[in-house]
Amino acid sequence: MTEFTLTMTNGVNASDPENWRLKSYERREGYAALKKIISDRISPEEIIEEVKKSALRGRGGAGFPTGLKWSFMPKQYEGEKYLVCNSDEGEPGTFKDRDIMRYNPHILIEGMLIAAYAMGVKTGYNYIHGEIWDTYLRMEEAIDEARAAGYLGDRILGSDFSFQLYNHHGYGAYICGEETALLESIEGKKGQPRFKPPFPANYGLYGKPTTINNTETFASVPWIIRNGGEKYLDLGKPNNGGTKLFSVSGHVNKPGNYEIPMGTPFSVLLEMAGGMRGGKKLKGCIPGGSSMPVLPGDVMMETDMDYDSIAKAGSMLGSGAVIIMDETTCMVKALDRLSYFYFEESCGQCTPCREGTGWLYRIVNRIENGKGCMEDLDLLDNIADNIQGRTICALGDAAAMPVRAMVEHFRDEFIYHIEHKKCMV
Amino acid sequence: MINIEIDGKQISVPKGGTVMDGAKELGIYIPHFCYHKKLSIAANCRMCLVQVEKAPKPLPACATPVMEGMKVFTRTEQAIAAQKGVMEFLLINHPLDCPICDQGGECQLQDLAVGYGAGESRYTEDKRVVTNKNLGPLISTDMTRCIHCTRCVRFGQEIAGIMELGQAGRGEHSEILSFVGKSVDSELSGNMIDLCPVGALVSKPFRYSARSWELSRRKSISPHCGLGSNLVVQVKNNRVMRVLPRDNDVINECWLSDKDRFSYEGLNSEDRLSQPMIKRDGGWQVCSWEDALAFAIDGLLAVKGKYGVQAIGALGSPHSTLEELYLLQKLVRAMGSSNVDHRLRQADFRLDSQLQGVPWLGTSVDDLSKLDAVLIVGSTLRKDHPLIAQRLRQAVKEGAQLNVVNPHSDDLLTNVANEAVVSPNAMVSTLAEILKALVQNKGVDAPKGTSAIIKMVTVTAVARNIATSLIDNKSVAIYLGNIAQHHPQYSEILSLVQSIARVISARFGMLGEAANSVGGYVANAVPMPVYNVTEEIKQSEWSGLNASQMLDPGESQCQGYMLLNVEPEYDVNNSRQALRTLETAAFVVSMNCFRGNAMDYSDVLLPIAPFTETSGTFINTEGRAQSFNGVVSPLGAARPAWKVLRVMGNLQKFDGFEYETSEHVREEVLSENGDFKGRLDNNLNVRDIKLPAFGEQVIQRIGEVPIYQADSIVRRAESLQQTSDSVEPRAWMSSVLLKKLGVSDGDVVKVSQGDGEIQLRAACDDKLPLDCVRVAGAHSKTAVLGAMFGEIMVAKL
Repeated sequence: MTEFTLTMTNGVNASDPENWRLKSYERREGYAALKKIISDRISPEEIIEEVKKSALRGRGGAGFPTGLKWSFMPKQYEGEKYLVCNSDEGEPGTFKDRDIMRYNPHILIEGMLIAAYAMGVKTGYNYIHGEIWDTYLRMEEAIDEARAAGYLGDRILGSDFSFQLYNHHGYGAYICGEETALLESIEGKKGQPRFKPPFPANYGLYGKPTTINNTETFASVPWIIRNGGEKYLDLGKPNNGGTKLFSVSGHVNKPGNYEIPMGTPFSVLLEMAGGMRGGKKLKGCIPGGSSMPVLPGDVMMETDMDYDSIAKAGSMLGSGAVIIMDETTCMVKALDRLSYFYFEESCGQCTPCREGTGWLYRIVNRIENGKGCMEDLDLLDNIADNIQGRTICALGDAAAMPVRAMVEHFRDEFIYHIEHKKCMV
Repeated sequence: MINIEIDGKQISVPKGGTVMDGAKELGIYIPHFCYHKKLSIAANCRMCLVQVEKAPKPLPACATPVMEGMKVFTRTEQAIAAQKGVMEFLLINHPLDCPICDQGGECQLQDLAVGYGAGESRYTEDKRVVTNKNLGPLISTDMTRCIHCTRCVRFGQEIAGIMELGQAGRGEHSEILSFVGKSVDSELSGNMIDLCPVGALVSKPFRYSARSWELSRRKSISPHCGLGSNLVVQVKNNRVMRVLPRDNDVINECWLSDKDRFSYEGLNSEDRLSQPMIKRDGGWQVCSWEDALAFAIDGLLAVKGKYGVQAIGALGSPHSTLEELYLLQKLVRAMGSSNVDHRLRQADFRLDSQLQGVPWLGTSVDDLSKLDAVLIVGSTLRKDHPLIAQRLRQAVKEGAQLNVVNPHSDDLLTNVANEAVVSPNAMVSTLAEILKALVQNKGVDAPKGTSAIIKMVTVTAVARNIATSLIDNKSVAIYLGNIAQHHPQYSEILSLVQSIARVISARFGMLGEAANSVGGYVANAVPMPVYNVTEEIKQSEWSGLNASQMLDPGESQCQGYMLLNVEPEYDVNNSRQALRTLETAAFVVSMNCFRGNAMDYSDVLLPIAPFTETSGTFINTEGRAQSFNGVVSPLGAARPAWKVLRVMGNLQKFDGFEYETSEHVREEVLSENGDFKGRLDNNLNVRDIKLPAFGEQVIQRIGEVPIYQADSIVRRAESLQQTSDSVEPRAWMSSVLLKKLGVSDGDVVKVSQGDGEIQLRAACDDKLPLDCVRVAGAHSKTAVLGAMFGEIMVAKL
């Protein structure tokens, strides 16, 4: 098997119960980046420049260039600014942030420290979703360790730099993973997305300038500072720098998280995950979490795992949750399950999503149960079209895209369901 | 200014404005539901999606800030497709019950469905059903119709100041509801009905009584509080069916208080007086107007003959029109007496001789929104002036500091910078403390007449903080509320407020209690000359008895009374005295819209028309004269009071009563004598202000007028009488006083003033001053008690 340079998981050992602790982290160059910044008095501008050079893009799903996002924070702003980590990993298929926090929590803390330093922020929140209570407790313990060691708190490592970090756990609403709904939730309000503009960089948590990044994005930062942005970029492809964690689930022999360089062929990732279970044929793959369009197996096998390649193939890299479906999968049933998720998780704030997700689900469910008609297929596409791009946040798109792609790529199966009132597979 | 183009038309929009602002300016209608000019932007209905050049997807016009050179298209294929798509989503779960929906005919969803909806639904699944909520006696719910625009929620948070409705649940399960088991109790709640773009929140009193297209819409003016809200009165078959706000940005904006909105129920009350009646040989009989008027005049003349002209007195409600009050005083004065007053709840008339002009708000209503600092003295503000409280709430949001001197600490539902909660007896000294702090801070001499009083007080921290707040801000005003105006030391309070205002160059004035509190002065319905008096009048001095003197059994020489819209058990400061005086008077003519208890003390009942059945004028608290026409014809034999008073003048052959219309009367009061606004003046000729001396420590009464007891119409509005604001008065006091009396919260206690005694439930309010009991007046339960302020006895049963 090919050897890769790992930026986040090098030396991480899930089976060692002490491996996550500060001492182990320090042994694998942990907090070296922070120490370097403080001892070498690296300026915030230099850090942002380095992150820009690395072509690191947001790992939460949208893929927005991280360095650019950091540069949006008002520099001369007097008063509180906030840094928020989005660990509300709720997208079906995604479980990478959970494992970063479980097995390597200090890399997140160090990443946030560097970001806070670069943007002049004194307070940060790590919003962890509600179902992973043990992980929340581990993060709490990790923060205590970092604070005790002088990495976190007032006058970090004897410098003028101070940063307070708090864990905040949600209650399991998918919508709270939307960054502005997450801010509302931290503020103690109902988790509903805000309309943008204004963007969080100007009007964020408590109305103050705020930067929100995904857990994995922060976890990527220490390596970049230690080794330089260009080296990070070189690990991947132009515009698609570095390595990324992929959560591989579904019909593979070894489901789990795998860190690979951007641009690695999908076939390599599939091989790392032990190949198809029972040697079956790959029917379809959702390459970036359940809200992204599904791709047929043959298209997927020709694709590399990076933002641009997957976009070219007709889907999106998203959060890097690779859902593998073999030939025994009923695509109607799969969509039925996905549509139910978005129907249940719509926040209900804006009309197209509140009303449309339920409609989509009911039609798909009807087809799955042998009560569909041919007109339903165009209706599904049209409803999805009426949702997509017309909502306050991206949940509407997330509900619409899987429907359109499933019906497009696996139309035969839907027709079979409608005509024969039963499943093809 | 930012230049943009909408549908090919150029428009400049202020920076920070939205596409919707530009479209409104251009007169281009963009369909919308959640957007409302007075509420924050929610952008949740998505109906206003428009195409914007270079934007990959349609954008909501309400939430999209304008950018230089932006090109917007509201009617292109992309925009229309988006709008139609949203409309379909709104309709799939909306019930098809328009034929039985009260909103039908005035429903935004119905209207826009005509333009953007399909003829037939593509939705074949079951529709959502949402359980209805009981929000109280005013708002009826059909929550299945709700489209989740959250206007009602935002109204509560932003305008009413209290979030009584919220959206719970997620996705399709989300619904608008109140907190568990709570009703919507805001005194502004009815506005949620107007704001609701569908039939989810409709008026409970109006429900199922008429279709909107059957109603004639007629303009009118509210006869209740001093604001003078502009109304649309909706009429069917000569009956007032509903009242809605008429937009006037400098008065009520697009809002109405619930009192203004739901009081109309009182107009159709069973208690309406519809026939003239006279008391003959100890019994009451219905009679003709001729007989009744002849009987009334004979009775009054008999009193005049027996007791002299000074025994004739007239009391007019400040909710009467300018024309009515003017003719009332003209009639009394023509008969030779100056015993006339409209200030029925005022207790202290010492300042009458110091008045320089007509007391008024001292600023415009609109100015309230632009103040940097305010001091409210003695007011149950939210209940007496719901929309003025709302304006101040918005001002506070913009950074204004609100300071209060009050004998209670009712929640104003906004941030109060400083609040001095002191007993009624201590209000004068507290104001003196504020004045002293200002004088010290500014290093100026004490204003005229105040040097003695400020020597006698020591400045407390709260008084100093209030002084600092007033001195640190540019645009400052001080307002006296109803409690101050009904206070036995009104004279000292006003004199000190004037002195404070003078030191800091602030404006000051009265929050007019009633629709015509200013108009009553302009009509000269006061015993002394104030407004536009001729030399001739000045020489005759016009000095009559004021309301308090007329009704005080010890002081009054009156034996013959004319009452205009007055119910003495509710409308005066000391109801016990008033009832006793009237019951023993020789002859009482009661001109009223309602029967009430008038038969107990009257000799003639003359049925007169309420504001909806007559033309007239109210001069609101800011001195704005607003005239209106009747919207329905008078009930039964009832007649407009101005006509009744005119005929009473004619029958006595007085000159100057030859009016053909109410406009003639109005012209005589307003136009002929020039601009009355020039005579609006709150300044007193300040004399030495003394610190009032109080005897032994006694328990003081705080007697406010409950919101829905303020005037005869609202008292008969059934739905308002079922609200939480209409619960029976209780004896509110601090836990310290409760303990001292040996009673608990909820126990029945004996409450007495003089020989008036009642039993009330005690209730605990630890924000009240320790030596006070708060017992509302203007209520049948407490009518046998005496003055609204002063000594009161409370004892364990």
